[in-house]
Amino acid sequence: MEELIIKSSDIKTWLDQIIEHTPRVIAPVKQGEKVEFKSIKQSDDVDYESQTTVSSVKAAAFPRTETLFAYEKEGLNTKLYDVAKDNFVETVIWRARPCDVIGFKPLTSIFNWDYKDELYNRRFEKIAIVTFACNTADKCCFCTSVGGGPGNTEGSDVMLTVLDKENVLVEVLTEKGQKLVDLAKDLFEKAEQSIDKEAVLAKIPAKFTKEQIYKNLAKVFDNPVWKAQSERCLGCGACAFVCPTCACFDIQEDAHGNHGRRVRCWDSCGFSLFTQHTSGHNPRPTQATRWRQRIMHKFSYMPDRLNIYGCTGCGRCSRACPVDMNIAEHLTSIAESSHE
Amino acid sequence: MTKITEKATSLLSEGTVKMIIGYEMGTERPRPLFCHTAEECEKLIMNAECKNNLAVYLTKKEIIGEEKIAVIGNYYVVKTVIQLQRENQINLDNLMVMTADENGEVITFTTIDEMKEYTDTHEPAPDPKMVAALEKIDKMSREERWEYWKSELSKCIRCYACRAACPLCYCNRCVTEVNCPQWIEPWAAPLSNMEWQINRVMHMSGRCVGCGECAAACPLDLPIGLLCKKMGMDIKSTFGEWKDGNVLSTYNIGDKENFIK
Amino acid sequence: MEENNNNFEPRIIAFVCNWCTYAGADLTGTSRIKYASNVEIVRFPCTGRIDFMLLLKAFAGGSDGIIISGCHPSDCHYTSGNFHARRRWMVFRDMLDFMGIDIERIRWSWVSAAEGAKWADVVNDTVDKIRKMGPYTEYKKAAMFLEEEKICHD
Repeated sequence: MEELIIKSSDIKTWLDQIIEHTPRVIAPVKQGEKVEFKSIKQSDDVDYESQTTVSSVKAAAFPRTETLFAYEKEGLNTKLYDVAKDNFVETVIWRARPCDVIGFKPLTSIFNWDYKDELYNRRFEKIAIVTFACNTADKCCFCTSVGGGPGNTEGSDVMLTVLDKENVLVEVLTEKGQKLVDLAKDLFEKAEQSIDKEAVLAKIPAKFTKEQIYKNLAKVFDNPVWKAQSERCLGCGACAFVCPTCACFDIQEDAHGNHGRRVRCWDSCGFSLFTQHTSGHNPRPTQATRWRQRIMHKFSYMPDRLNIYGCTGCGRCSRACPVDMNIAEHLTSIAESSHE
Repeated sequence: MTKITEKATSLLSEGTVKMIIGYEMGTERPRPLFCHTAEECEKLIMNAECKNNLAVYLTKKEIIGEEKIAVIGNYYVVKTVIQLQRENQINLDNLMVMTADENGEVITFTTIDEMKEYTDTHEPAPDPKMVAALEKIDKMSREERWEYWKSELSKCIRCYACRAACPLCYCNRCVTEVNCPQWIEPWAAPLSNMEWQINRVMHMSGRCVGCGECAAACPLDLPIGLLCKKMGMDIKSTFGEWKDGNVLSTYNIGDKENFIK
Repeated sequence: MEENNNNFEPRIIAFVCNWCTYAGADLTGTSRIKYASNVEIVRFPCTGRIDFMLLLKAFAGGSDGIIISGCHPSDCHYTSGNFHARRRWMVFRDMLDFMGIDIERIRWSWVSAAEGAKWADVVNDTVDKIRKMGPYTEYKKAAMFLEEEKICHD
């Protein structure tokens, strides 16, 4: 892994090169009070002030809405038309956070678990990610409690760490990353000695460990803790939709008589009708059962089934929640309790 | 101990109510609190930052249960209780409604008329940012308004936080969750997002109490509160105050318009 | 700005009530009054049945203009259906305008079963107006979100 240095003032020039050579560059852009990932054409549009964006960047590989296929009926026959996967464009995600990037790991696991989801895979393979390590954190961040960290390089192609006002450490982690650096080779110098980036990264004390959560979750399935924690939950989809790892989707029809499309769109386990059966029976009839599912899925079932963690500690769910369901708070309570 | 905590504690310990819904301090701002014990009542607060409309829980049977409960809410909670009562969605025999003034004094309402008197005389001042935004849109041409709403609403992810936070959106099965017929496409797309908002606001017409929680709940800060506010203003100026029945479920032979010829 | 295309013929949907306007349109026909053929009529038992979402569906489905017509107030076959409808349109029209949807493309009228000539006038006026305004492309474009995804034909 190469360690390079780039001057802060040269970052814009490098980004200009990336924009010129890449069909789609997605970066945080300020919109009113909020900052969101958007496609950019000018390097000036990027926001470097914000801690993080409201939504995650999973939409680059798993869009809110996408066509699965189109169909047309002709008499008794039906013609099917596939989505042109070859048209998915090369994409660079600029200024992602380590917690964004690591979110792709569980997504990729889920989309390749028993069925290889071509649409996701083909989009994902076209993505290169330039991550900026975190020098600050806010009250909702808890990446260190779930095995991550403000400088965690897992999943990134290039990681940038701002060392001081002038210098930025550049860690080139993959071939894709190397290709991006090569677009403006002259801007980079080899780092003279090994840099200790821990010194400039945000200090985020861990609130709990994965093992504590996993162990306690095994005991609390029927515990009233779920009702207590979820009483104020409104059952919207904000937490699931902004989450970098949530992959639940709904399949719908855009039907126009004898032709149409089958469409995939995001869904949330928090919605009351998520598990409603056609018979009318709902195995998760209360918000408490749905909240329990959310936590168990991310911290118990996914580790069991896929050997992967369903949470990156980004805190987006807590920030987006209208009633402040602070997930770190809830998890700490589960970790510290001796529920029997 | 604050007066709110005192009142709440005595209500619980006397067995007058089984649970109290109020506010506590959250991570960055106040959030709803459900008190089942005297200990939990110590966390109760009430200030200008307490914005969540607690009345949203009053139609959730699994939360309120069968026994008497109390709610210590802000101005809009009281106003919503009046509207919910008009729509026969709550049982006032099982509900104690309270609020607190700037000095922390607890005000208990015993009848709907008392609530109406309070809400008529204590209406909060309109939010200047909203007023300014409405004026800005008013000055736009039709094409500019279309572009504005299309660009804002194309960001919507259809999380339905606006619907979930609204106490008057209590349908068990929302119109978007029905696909026979499919009135509104359930996926996030610019036009379908506009249709969703139009539908939501039309279903709110004459019922919206103006709490602004739809806009506050939106994780992307979309200006959807403007739609409800504009709707509320138009209905008030055209049809006046509440008479007998929601504005779209009643009619007046004397309704005047200038566009049907 | 819409371009004035000489070959453009607008598609108009008319939502009408069975007892007055539909009968009135029938009278127009039997009176042999000629009027523009761009209108596709959808018959409802009463204007009170016309859901506001139908207008949005009409625009999304490709109409360039809409006509909504029913019995005169106090003449509704079901007594009060058109009163409810009138209220609904008063509220809905303002909402549409606020969101930038072109309410000039929607024509509301009261046409009774005896007003065959009026129906022809309403239709002709509306068709002329929409022809000048051009197709409602901006709405149609917004409805085509999914078309942006390239579908390959095998």
